[in-house]
Amino acid sequence: MINRKVAAIAGATVLALVLTSCASDRDGDDTNTGTDDGSGGGDTGGGASDATFVFGAAGAPASFDPFYASDGETFRITRQIYDNLIEYEEGGAAPGPGLAESWESSEDGLTWTFALREGVTFHDGTEFNAEAVCANFERWFNQNEVGQNAAVSYYWAADFGGFAGDGTDSLYDSCEATDDLTAVVTVTRVTSKFPTILGQAAYGIASPAALEEFNANDVAAEGEGFVFPAFATENPTGSGAFIFDSYDEANGTITLVRNEDYWGESAGVAELVFRIIPDENTRRQELEAGTIQGYDLPNPVDWAALEEAGNNVQVRPAFNILYLGLNPTTMPALTDDRVRQALYHAINREQLVASQLPEGAEVATQMMPSAVAGYNTELTAFEYSPELAQQLLADAGMSDLAIDLWYPTEVTRPYMPDPQRIYDSIRADWEAVGITVNPVAKPWNGGYLDGVQQDQAPAFFLGWTGDYDSAANFIGTFFESPENNFATHEYTWGQQLSDGLRAADSEPDEATREGLYEQLNADLMEYLPALAISHSPPAIVVAGNVEGLVPSPLTAENFATITITE
Amino acid sequence: MLRFVIRRGLQLFIAMFVLSVLLFVWLRSLPGGPVTALLGERGTPESTAALREALGLDEPLHVQYLRFLQRALEGDFGISNGVLRGAEAIDVFLTRLPATIELSIFALLIAVTLAIPLGYVAARRHGSALDTGSVIGSLVGVAVPVFFLAFVLKYFFAIRWGLLPPSGRQSVSIDATHVTGFFVLDGILTGEWDAAWDSFRHLILPAIALSSIPFAVIFRINRASVLDVLDEDYVRTARAKGLQAPVVRQRHVMRNALIPVVTTIGLQIGALLAGAVLTETVFNFQGIGQALALGFETRDYPVLQVLIMMAALIYIIVNLLVDIAYAVIDPRVRTR
Amino acid sequence: MSTKKERIDRLADAGRVSREEGISLYQSAWLRLRRDVVFLIGATIIVLFVILAAIAPWIAPHDPQAALLIDQVRPQTNPVPGPQDGFPLGADYAGRDLFSRLIVGAQQTLIVGVLATFGGLVGGLTLGTLAGGVGGWADAVVMRIVDVMLSIPSLLMAFSIAAVFANPSQWTVILAIAIVQVPIFARLLRGSMLAQRHSDHVLAARALGVRRPAIVFRHMLPNSLGPVIVQATLVLATAIIDAAALSFLGLGNPDDRQPEWGQMLGKAQDFFNSFPHLAFYPAVCIIVVALGFTLMGESLREALDPKSRR
Repeated sequence: MINRKVAAIAGATVLALVLTSCASDRDGDDTNTGTDDGSGGGDTGGGASDATFVFGAAGAPASFDPFYASDGETFRITRQIYDNLIEYEEGGAAPGPGLAESWESSEDGLTWTFALREGVTFHDGTEFNAEAVCANFERWFNQNEVGQNAAVSYYWAADFGGFAGDGTDSLYDSCEATDDLTAVVTVTRVTSKFPTILGQAAYGIASPAALEEFNANDVAAEGEGFVFPAFATENPTGSGAFIFDSYDEANGTITLVRNEDYWGESAGVAELVFRIIPDENTRRQELEAGTIQGYDLPNPVDWAALEEAGNNVQVRPAFNILYLGLNPTTMPALTDDRVRQALYHAINREQLVASQLPEGAEVATQMMPSAVAGYNTELTAFEYSPELAQQLLADAGMSDLAIDLWYPTEVTRPYMPDPQRIYDSIRADWEAVGITVNPVAKPWNGGYLDGVQQDQAPAFFLGWTGDYDSAANFIGTFFESPENNFATHEYTWGQQLSDGLRAADSEPDEATREGLYEQLNADLMEYLPALAISHSPPAIVVAGNVEGLVPSPLTAENFATITITE
Repeated sequence: MLRFVIRRGLQLFIAMFVLSVLLFVWLRSLPGGPVTALLGERGTPESTAALREALGLDEPLHVQYLRFLQRALEGDFGISNGVLRGAEAIDVFLTRLPATIELSIFALLIAVTLAIPLGYVAARRHGSALDTGSVIGSLVGVAVPVFFLAFVLKYFFAIRWGLLPPSGRQSVSIDATHVTGFFVLDGILTGEWDAAWDSFRHLILPAIALSSIPFAVIFRINRASVLDVLDEDYVRTARAKGLQAPVVRQRHVMRNALIPVVTTIGLQIGALLAGAVLTETVFNFQGIGQALALGFETRDYPVLQVLIMMAALIYIIVNLLVDIAYAVIDPRVRTR
Repeated sequence: MSTKKERIDRLADAGRVSREEGISLYQSAWLRLRRDVVFLIGATIIVLFVILAAIAPWIAPHDPQAALLIDQVRPQTNPVPGPQDGFPLGADYAGRDLFSRLIVGAQQTLIVGVLATFGGLVGGLTLGTLAGGVGGWADAVVMRIVDVMLSIPSLLMAFSIAAVFANPSQWTVILAIAIVQVPIFARLLRGSMLAQRHSDHVLAARALGVRRPAIVFRHMLPNSLGPVIVQATLVLATAIIDAAALSFLGLGNPDDRQPEWGQMLGKAQDFFNSFPHLAFYPAVCIIVVALGFTLMGESLREALDPKSRR
């Protein structure tokens, strides 16, 4: 009889365990958000609430020093800890006051005077002043050999282009504290990007005392990776609305607490927790279970269901571009203008946008979204005409054109929620005009980007999300160097385009500059190094009881405005 | 005996060396690499080249390998550049190892408590409907893809019915002290009962999903082994002697039948690790398996190297221990 | 020592009997199988599955590749069109008839399973005959490699191989799974031949001066057929499941025009929260078919395994 008893006991034990855990869940459930005792939130939005906001992050941050980062997961966290000299307006991309209340440039556009905010202190209690601003600039400029690596200080290398003693021209020249609250920054050349770039998360202003104490610049490369100093890993110190508390690596959570002495309105929640959940499905399930209160980039497929379940899907304005890049390196036929035009005419972008992209997506008329200065309002969408496409191909003697169309797998981007579906749609359009399409599908990190950057892909999907409001950040990034993903150096107009972009960027007068960019956008639609497809709005979702989140087109949300209601 | 151990130890060393070479070459033959994983669409020819140089990936493969080997022999396995950037790769392994061990132990516990009684009953009633039913049942466990089982468990128990947490190791609201890294044990050691209980509840679903793998094997082995033992002369003799049925069962049948079962359990480590990659990914359980999947996605060579080498080392050592145990019991093995 | 190896070795032993004895062995096995519920269930599933795969294109109501309901697909409001007239299960995310895709999917699923198994068999046959037929150092080297490969969990191995291919496709999936099965068949065939080396019919053939290759191919291999069939049945089940797992991990065939269950399941994971049925149907199909092959394989093994004949 023992055998039966053993089986019965074993079965009963397991059952009991499951049942008891279910039963106790009822009382455990409502404590997990901390909202039950956080009654102070709501309309008053004051700092009285002791609620916790838990956000589902898609990946681990690189460190907590934004200067050494280039990824959204890191910036989402550091943005809450640091303030910038310039902050982009809430819900927009235009530069506005931050730690600098105002700024003005000299006639020649080389000297910039920042009037700083008074009464700001860093998290370590030290005072924010002009000396601190200059200390930050000097810190950025004076990097060691590893810090100068374009992959480590990505944004500085991209925006300022050089470091102290590396022999190259840097945009940065000097910084001087003329009085306690006035910092004068001198740059070496005129560029449309300055000082707008200073609003990017990478240029968060840190406490000079902490930078020094925790050896912020001691970044090192060893063992096929980078080792960051204590400042970046344990002691990030800014002046933002939240103070870094802890990073629990074993459990994958990062905890920030409210800065009670914040110079502005203090944060609506007492604790801000980022929980790392790499799988998107799981993020959604956690939101439904109430264990997180928000996550970024929900799959458009889930938007309706999420709303229905009482969550708040906040759609950001589309500040991105999806394009179909063409590269003639392996396919010389593409240098024929008629072939590129035919490929473009054949694509039914209206249908693509309606059936494959989320609501609010738009057909692109040029290589950047309408919110960016320099957008050419006179351009209209490239005409969809299969007949014209066939005619052009016949004229070019390419009626039997065959093309390798590359698309990435294992990835979703804000501008490209489902690459495979977009590929399907374009393949069908091209096949309809008699083009033979050979699919080349590669994992994003597993050969796709490599292939595109090494000129192996004659036709590929790629895109860009803007860092700030500047045409230089869009078409400048794509084409300013003729050695780009589109191999524009193969075309007769390649060098001219690059020169034009450089000239526009260094034009100090805003109106003239915008005119130059408008013309460049029109030119690009003539040249067609890439076929602009669409602008697609990315979303961020928060639970129904979360209020005050302002969606940002730059996907740069400030979590201090959030409050949690009952 | 000593010579046997020395010889196996030497074999272990050679095996690890060969594995390290194969692993090194395999990783670098994968399409893509850490450079594109880190830079994404922001990569430019300059930043790509600079990063390759900084990571030492521009050097010939054998140079890279020798440098890796030299450092590895000093106990330095490099720095993670994907899973937990900036952390020592070995620390990624050490932080995550307790999670996987914890999960595997619970999975094995579930499998053993179900499979052994069931296997015994099935064997005792060989050919009965119960036997047939449990055989089919155990094979259903084999036929269900682990990740799908994990999905279904999560869908019903966590999402639809909200009985258990859908993912993770511990709720954010729990402010627990970590001593050993085994969260349940930590809770018990520090007396933080809510933390222990919370971690336990997080373990239930992934452990059930993972247990489906060892369950089928243990059930099958146990059933076969009980069948074998029931047929042995000493059992018949014991019965003929008029020993009471429970005594025969306990002293003769179960004790002998369990020997192959116990060794089988020891050999389930490889299968558990393979299953952990899928289960931990679905349940966002911060263990070795999830780190493997993440490391693969981000092409984090140092982390992948250390995780796979360490997993192989553990696997080989357990096998070695099983072999040594056999050699102690059965002298014939030593001379082979 | 490992159970995997033990199971293979025990099965290989079943090939020891000569053809004359073999007839009675297979006869008695058949007699037992006819009354075996497990076998009957498994065989029924497989027969139905194979018939379905064979006639799928004729019974599917729609073209599985045609995006018939694409006009209804709206990524937010209606990403996956529901059941409607003529579309009993609705459509998938690309507006293709789900029911037709499930039916036709049986074909590709069977092809992937069979080709992967066949590839593993051919590879194993080559290695196994080399080892078992030639013996000596070839045997030692081959078996060393085979044993190492067997000690790695099959899924991890399939994963490692599939990851290396720069252009994933249905063929890379088949190849990755086939390579994983090679050592199983190699050990099986080698064991089976080793067991026969000293059996009467081989000794007789050798005494008559029959040359070595002839002995191997005419006398030894045919006797190994039983165990090979049993193992192939079991391998088919894991091949189908592993194909699904590879797809789940993003290493499957990215081109989803031709339906295949494993891939349908893998691709459905993005929709799992809102549309679990997309994953549920192919998963059930996979489970049932894998179960069919496993049940049949296990009952065949038990019938053939001399040790379990009581």
